[in-house]
Amino acid sequence: MRYVLRRLGFFVVTLWSCLTINFVLPRLMPGNPAIAMMARFRGRVNGQVLHALEIAFGVNTRQSEIAQYFGYLGNTLTGHLGVSLTFFPNTVLQVVRSAILWTVVLVGVTTIIGFVLGTLIGMISGWRRGSKLDSILPPVFVVTSAFPYFFVALLLLLAFSITLGWTPLGFGYANTDTIGWTWHFVGDVLDHAILPACTILVTSIGGWILTMRNNMITTLAEDYVRMARAKGLSPARIMIDYAGRNAILPNLTGFAMSLGFVVSGAILVEYVFSYPGLGYMLLEAVQNEDFALMQTLFLLITIAVLVAILVVDFVTLVLDPRTRSEK
Amino acid sequence: MGTVTLRPPPARVPEAIARLRAGTVGNLARALAGNRKALVGSAMLAFFAFCALFPGVLAADDPNAEIYARGAAPSAAHLLGTTSYGQDVFSQLIWGTRQSLVIAVVVGGLATVLSVAIGVTAAYLGGIADDVLSLFTDVFLVIPAFPLIVVIAAYSKNGGDTILIAVLVATGWSYGARQLRSQALSLRSRDFLVAAKLRGERRWRIIVFEILPTMTSLIVANFLGAALYAVLAAAGLQFIGLGNPSSMSWGTMLYWAENNEALQAGMPLWAVMPGVAIAMLGGAFSLLNFAFDEIGNPALRPVRRARGRRHP
Repeated sequence: MRYVLRRLGFFVVTLWSCLTINFVLPRLMPGNPAIAMMARFRGRVNGQVLHALEIAFGVNTRQSEIAQYFGYLGNTLTGHLGVSLTFFPNTVLQVVRSAILWTVVLVGVTTIIGFVLGTLIGMISGWRRGSKLDSILPPVFVVTSAFPYFFVALLLLLAFSITLGWTPLGFGYANTDTIGWTWHFVGDVLDHAILPACTILVTSIGGWILTMRNNMITTLAEDYVRMARAKGLSPARIMIDYAGRNAILPNLTGFAMSLGFVVSGAILVEYVFSYPGLGYMLLEAVQNEDFALMQTLFLLITIAVLVAILVVDFVTLVLDPRTRSEK
Repeated sequence: MGTVTLRPPPARVPEAIARLRAGTVGNLARALAGNRKALVGSAMLAFFAFCALFPGVLAADDPNAEIYARGAAPSAAHLLGTTSYGQDVFSQLIWGTRQSLVIAVVVGGLATVLSVAIGVTAAYLGGIADDVLSLFTDVFLVIPAFPLIVVIAAYSKNGGDTILIAVLVATGWSYGARQLRSQALSLRSRDFLVAAKLRGERRWRIIVFEILPTMTSLIVANFLGAALYAVLAAAGLQFIGLGNPSSMSWGTMLYWAENNEALQAGMPLWAVMPGVAIAMLGGAFSLLNFAFDEIGNPALRPVRRARGRRHP
């Protein structure tokens, strides 16, 4: 229970820091950059919406900074996130809703596949240290994990879309499609997703392999593994139930901690493939100086990472009895 | 029990300690030389350092001059062809090394200092101070760095390289701080620290002269990790056009190549080569990092003749 409360507390604190960063940043910059944005809004939106934007960015308002801060927090928590300049007159919330599913499916699914696959490979290569698998895969992935995401994306684009013409050049589906649950549309979406997915997989899997392998090696030196060997248990059982189960714990924490990096890379991948997700939209918002949309996207991406971390925390709760003991 | 004779301490103690300290660095150097990954990584890094210091030796052409044929294929005069503005790609590549390397080293250094300061202090102070600092570290670790960098860069348009470096340091220190904290925690109850405390050493002296030297390899690994992060993040930022578009760097090359659709327009080298360079520099850092992991943790070193020794 204590553990759960602590993790929930962490969730709240991080979310709050993120909101505060959003509030403070435009005010910190010399010559509030939001002023120019606000000027473009004048006369186009009604008073209430304009007022909410003024509070959020500290433009044209006579309220004290503290009153602005609480006003901003209240507005954000109740979903009054303002209007998007890029997709005027749609509100930020409406705009974001169209992009969120794309990212969750692409980045979420590939990250999980990458983690599971990487952990498996890492476990086996740690178990069979010095084997062919162990001497080839980890060093190769040390190098690929240093590749910039967008570079892998460009290479794949060059090879499979431009040179071979096997896959489409970008975007989430073909322009001619009608969106819906038809075989044709789903197939097309998969067709468009395969290159971005491979990019994220190739660049993120190395980290999981390496940490899992290293944890595995450390765990294999433990007495309980020796004990299991002495009992004459089958190697598969020792590898998975004794060493693997314990070695995966630090890897899970590592997973939670490096999700931010994966998401960061995914933004660039979406950019290269013009994939209609949150990352692409974030960069679009930046180019159009659409700060309200940009802030919301930053917030959403952080929330997505935080939720994933909470899920990992609960998985840890199941796997690691120590977290359940009351201290 | 017999009498306890209080002998004066041997006069050579300071020298012995000095030798021991020199030994740590010497051991590190020897371990480096014996590690193939470290050797390859250092060689690559040395090559990039040479390019950054003396770019004119390798590439005589002015990287900014728009004087050559536009979009030319690779030839003897232009090893990697030219851009659609008529600049020499090879020359841009070599001259671009400097900025990428400088950002990597400066960000790596500053971020490491920050993570040592916060991580080791947290571990050493313990209690509430540790809780607060750890929470601070974790929050920074979890907030996705790149979106944050993008947001800051968007507000401070054309803020220059100083802001870029500051932002990368601010977002790049937390991972190291966390690692260093847990390493320092495991050291806290060791005898030599207890002894130092009993001797009445001051806190900062214990941290700087007793704790830090034992963590050399981890600190170096952190520097390399932060440098790698800086290379990738800076290139990513420049690639999407949030850097200084007139600066001479690999990320900026990629930006212009992407803007001119170099891949589709038959100048793939213009877009691919800066990426290769970034990947190579990143690979050098990451190989060295991996090697330092092995040096710091002997259990990870490659086993030789493992088959014969598996069942002792």
